[in-house]
Amino acid sequence: MKTLSVSHLLGIKYLKPEDLHLIFETATHFKEVINRPIKKVPSLRDITIANLFFENSTRTKLSFELAEKRLSADVLNFSAAQSSVKKGETLVDTVNNILAMKVDMVVMRHPHPGAAHFLSQHVKSCIINAGDGTHEHPSQALLDAFSLQEKFGDLGGRRIAIVGDILHSRVALSNIYALKMLGAEVRLCAPKSLLPKHIESLGVSVSTDLMEVLNWCDAANMLRVQNERMELSYFPTTREYSQNFGLTGERLKKLRKEIVVLHPGPINRGVEITSEVADSDQAIILDQVENGVAIRMAIIYLLASKLNIPLK
Amino acid sequence: MYYIPTMTPKVLLSEKRVNIMLNRLCCQLIERHGDFSETVLVGLQPRGVLLLDQLIHLLHENGIFSIQKGKLDTTFFRDDFRRNEVPHNAKATEMEVSIEGKNVVLIDDVLFTGRSIRSALTAIDTYGRPKSIELLVLVDRRFSRHLPIQPDYLGAQIDALQGDKVKVVWSENAFNNIVYLEKQSQ
Repeated sequence: MKTLSVSHLLGIKYLKPEDLHLIFETATHFKEVINRPIKKVPSLRDITIANLFFENSTRTKLSFELAEKRLSADVLNFSAAQSSVKKGETLVDTVNNILAMKVDMVVMRHPHPGAAHFLSQHVKSCIINAGDGTHEHPSQALLDAFSLQEKFGDLGGRRIAIVGDILHSRVALSNIYALKMLGAEVRLCAPKSLLPKHIESLGVSVSTDLMEVLNWCDAANMLRVQNERMELSYFPTTREYSQNFGLTGERLKKLRKEIVVLHPGPINRGVEITSEVADSDQAIILDQVENGVAIRMAIIYLLASKLNIPLK
Repeated sequence: MYYIPTMTPKVLLSEKRVNIMLNRLCCQLIERHGDFSETVLVGLQPRGVLLLDQLIHLLHENGIFSIQKGKLDTTFFRDDFRRNEVPHNAKATEMEVSIEGKNVVLIDDVLFTGRSIRSALTAIDTYGRPKSIELLVLVDRRFSRHLPIQPDYLGAQIDALQGDKVKVVWSENAFNNIVYLEKQSQ
């Protein structure tokens, strides 16, 4: 019987390839479960999970909450806007107070990189990182890779492009780790101002020519420009960005082959991707959302199986 | 799939006896379910599916070809989650047919404590509300039940000590359908 090599999900960086395969295999079974007339299993009926969102989220929060409810866990939702964090309480105090209410697992999104890692060292609970600043977003990378694997089978040797705001994207970093671990080739495409220095050291290639990258790849993951993380201007205008790095139907038609298009959401239609592309058959954006619930059920289920809770 | 015993095995039921039992079970199913138009046979993963395959083969030999069937994995419905050192890994579930209003026959190789069947009863409910649910097992380990569950179709009853393992071994050769039943002391 297989089990995860980790007790928390802090980032893809800390996982092994076998962990990814186990998560995908389990998610395949959960995907079948969530397509039944009754989409619930009783596995986690004695587990309570707190969703701590110190940063805004729609998709990830809903997806985690639904995954937890499908597993029959009790769910506590917390958002920083209405909390005592505003009154000056520290992260460790906030979480320890929630854990004192007999919470078993914590799903956390936080604006500061490394927050999940820090928390895992200071509180006695299982931590799942739902995005920490510009660092990692492991569940998103897992669902992206799972969706690609559904489309292509084995990702070994497949060429995947990540296009857009790489500098501010936690999705990009987690995707790079996951795709490289699964044997795929990764090429990044963005304006030079939105590419982190020395990113090639992660084993990826870099380009600023979108058409060249699109012709090279089997699938393109289009990232959103994260204006909320930008303290200064990284490109002259949104229109210019869209002209150079936006994925349009016209560009797709010019390619030698049909590629798969991904987007982690939320979409800025007309900026990084046009409506024509986002709603086309080549886009697997809604498959990603469905797979997100199955992947998160798998992550929670596998981590919960390692929880050391006295049952007697 | 070949079973390599780690300790001296004891054959409880010979190949000939198991084949007679399989034929009897097949006849009992036909007697009660007729043309199988309102019946769904569901093999429980992993080993009940192998028994299901054997029964389907025999039903075909008896001229019944239109059989609705499925494979059900009960891992996520088990009551021992987090009670084992290492968790069970799920197997594939294939329930392409509707069970709503149908007569479902759950099929497993060995009935021991009854806990797997209890989880199967919960799991099958997630696909709809069947008219009835019956249980078919090849081997019933007597006096070892933890729950009030009994089979409707039974190959044979055997007595084994609590620590013993009873294993049904199916041959890979579908033409001979050789089946061994062995007892292993821990």
